[in-house]
Parts: sequence; structure tokens; C-alpha cells
Amino acid sequence: MSATTHADNDNTLAGRLSLATGVSVTRCYQCGKCTAGCPMAEEMDYTPSHILRLLQVGLDGFEDRVLKAYSPWVCLTCEMCYARCPQEVDIPKMMDFLRAESVRLKKVNPRAKDFVSLHQTFLDSIHYVGRLYEVGLIAGYKARSWHLFQDVLMAPRLYLKGKLRLFPHLIKNRKNISQIFKKAGTARTEAAK
Amino acid sequence: MTKIAYYPGCSLLGSSREYDESLRAIAGPMGFDLVQVPDWNCCGASSAHSLNHELSLALPARILALAETLGVEEMLVPCAACYSRLVTAHHDLAESAETRERIVEIIGMPCQGTVKPLNILEFLDRHSDSFKDKVTAPFDKDVACYYGCLLVRPPKITKFDRPEDPRTMDNLVELIGAKALDWDFKVECCGASHSISKTDLVGKLSAKIIGNAVKKGAQAIVVACPMCQSNLDMRRSFINKAAGQNYTIPVIFITQAIGLAMGLGEKELGLHRHIVKVKYPEKKKVDAEVKPKAAAAAPAPAPVTQPEQTEEA
Repeated sequence: MSATTHADNDNTLAGRLSLATGVSVTRCYQCGKCTAGCPMAEEMDYTPSHILRLLQVGLDGFEDRVLKAYSPWVCLTCEMCYARCPQEVDIPKMMDFLRAESVRLKKVNPRAKDFVSLHQTFLDSIHYVGRLYEVGLIAGYKARSWHLFQDVLMAPRLYLKGKLRLFPHLIKNRKNISQIFKKAGTARTEAAK
Repeated sequence: MTKIAYYPGCSLLGSSREYDESLRAIAGPMGFDLVQVPDWNCCGASSAHSLNHELSLALPARILALAETLGVEEMLVPCAACYSRLVTAHHDLAESAETRERIVEIIGMPCQGTVKPLNILEFLDRHSDSFKDKVTAPFDKDVACYYGCLLVRPPKITKFDRPEDPRTMDNLVELIGAKALDWDFKVECCGASHSISKTDLVGKLSAKIIGNAVKKGAQAIVVACPMCQSNLDMRRSFINKAAGQNYTIPVIFITQAIGLAMGLGEKELGLHRHIVKVKYPEKKKVDAEVKPKAAAAAPAPAPVTQPEQTEEA
């Protein structure tokens, strides 16, 4: 086994990551294969291997750089990095954790607001309808992000092609979905307190 | 008729209706009766796992639990994104008893993990005997089989085909008379999960995919994921702008290709619903690569100038 590092400390970001997801940043030996294959690397402020490096070193201020990074939000979860990682570091799982953690700690990168709006609108749809209501998703996202005209111009065409359902498909047991939304995620939030 | 549980997912009821229609059209003749999972919910897609890990397991677990009430062992999940979420939940619940207990408590119903999610290519590959004898109108086209991310990755969880150069769909299209081309972007991501929030990035990624397929002489891109299809089809004007090209290559579902080969009608297979008109460019001549003059005459790599193909306006 390797020596004890700050990542073994449950209070560090790397420690919390390992505790919550089982992903250990100390496994990474910085070969850079993840970054080489990442379709979004050029859009990121820190490449996947750089994020891992910041977490490995864990000096003062590094955690904030990771939590405030744009990278986790622009990540597509295409899983290329994980499929190619010789050390099987589950980077997409790490990115999931970093997104949730930066929302929880209110450190979301200002450039990532659109992504958060979209995800929240999407989840609202499932919460109240049980399924994705595409018209509601676009409308809700437009309202939240203020990108009012983008995509709206496509609507009449999609409608004519029979691809746009104007009304949501409500599922029967929406109470059950409500209950799932209420319970899910509570364990971790409590543990983190 | 063999009964099989069926989880269509949200896109197949809306923007990718033709995928559902074409699957149903071929399932009958193949001898399958698709039984929808009762009162199914959305799998949570990228939004659930982006913000809330437990929710990203609980939503698919509810679907798995409901499928178990049908008394089947497998559930067909044609959407690659839903498949990814379901197979991940199935895997995580089987790996850890603690996780399963917690998720069962959240969803408030038993989930034994007895129903295994099956992607469309696994399903078609396993039952290829039930359609290959029914090919009456061979789909005689040069095609680029596009797998995208989620059918093959992460290989540890999907346990399906080779992650870098999968062959399942290539073999399927060859059974119906098509030629599967060797090309470079089989498993690259098209960026569909940012389709609404970062359309410009998606244009760039998808332009590379379509550009490579066209360069290799494909007459159609065949897909098995509604996200890839709607991205490469509905977003074509953005993609063309990003590429500075006017690509008119159609993007069709594997189920539509099989349906066409079985002699089913275009309407029955939902081909009229595509934004990019399903009209195949001419076959690239074999000697076109050798003679530069002939290459210029081939429709694929040259900047497209035919005005009748500009359906995407």
C-alpha cells in the first residue's frame, strides 16, 4: 500500500470523494490518457488529469479551484476517460460528485449556471410529471436561463413532424416519485453536516 | 409470440417517436410482443447523476422494480442513455447490499435485481435469425455504424462488445445487405447531453462525426441511440454552420434499416419524421480514391453544391 496522504483524511475534498464514491485519486499516476481522449478537454479550465492532480496534492486553495472549476459542468459523461484509464479511476463518477458538492457548497462556476438551470428544470419535470415533459423542459429552461428565443423557432417544425407532444404524460403513482425525491440525497447531506 | 418487457423511455414518446414506431414495426414480424413496464418513470438521465447520486440510482431502480412485477428476466431498453442509467443501477445494486437496502427504502418497493436491462443491439444480435430470413429488399447501402458513448462504455458495467471498435451493429447491417464502412468516430461522443445548454459545442463535436462519415463515403449514418439521432438530425443546421458545409447525409435508426430491408413502408418506420430528409447520396465509387478527378465527382468529400439536397434550410 502507498503511504498515508491527505486524501486519506475524511475532511479533505479527496477524502470525501473517496468516502462517498469509492474513487481514489491516489491511484492516478498522471499518464494523461483521460485528457488526451476527452472530447471536451479544450473547453475546460482544468483538464481531467489536472483536476486529479489538484486533488492529489491538496494544497491550500486547490480544493476551491476544483469546486469552482468549469470542467465538471462541461463534462459530457461520455465515459471515454474511464474506459481508457489504465488505473481504472472512475473520473465520470468523480465529476458527478464534484458537481453535487459545488452546488451544496454554493461554489458553482458562474459560467456553469446554464447547466445547473437545465438539470434543475429537467428534475422538476420528473418530480411533478414522472417523465420528461419536453415542452416544459424547454420552456422552464428558457425562463430560468433567459435564453428566450433559441430553440423556440424549431418548435413549429417539430410539431408538424409529430415530434412535439404539447401535453405531459402524467404517470399514475406520482406520490411515489415525490417520495423518492424527498428521500434521495438526504443521507449524504446529513452525513456531510 | 415471445413476451419481453419494454422500457421505451421519454424520448421515444416525443422527439424520437420514429424509433419506437420502427421497433414496434419489426418486433411483430420477429415474433416478439413488447410489454411496457407498468407506470414507468423517467430514468433521470444526465440531470439526476449530475446533481444527486442517490436519485440517479433510485429512479432507474423504480423501473427495475416495476419490471420485476411482469415476471420476466430481461427488459429491452432501446434508448442508449436510459440503458446506461438502468444497467448502472442494476450493477450498483448487485454490487453492494448496503446500497440496495438504502435504494429499496427510498423507492418503497422491493427490487431484487432479477430483471436485466438489454440494449437494442444485444437484442437484435441475439435474435438475428428472426429477421435475416425476412430480408426481401436488401438495404444495399454503404453505411457508417455509429455507436456513440453509452452502449459500450463503461465496459466494466455494460459488458457489451469491444469499447474502442465495436462490431455488433456492423454485423447486423451486413445481414441486411449493407456494407459497414471502416471509419474513425464510431464511439466518439456527439455531445447530445449539452444539446440545449451549449448548442455551439455540440455543433463542433457532431461536425467531426458527420464529416468523417461523409469523407469515408457513407450514404447513411446508422445509430442505436435517440440522443445521437436527434442531435445529428435535428441539429443539422447548427452542425453545418459549424462545419461550413452542407451535409445532407441521413441519420437513421438500426430498427428503420432492418424494417426497410424487411420491406416495410417508410411511413410505418417513421422516416417521414426526420428533419434531414432520408435521401441517400450516391455510392462512392471504389476507384474514386485512386483518381483525384473521379474523387471530385463523388458527392461525399467535395463541398456539396447540389441545390436539390438542401432540405435543411
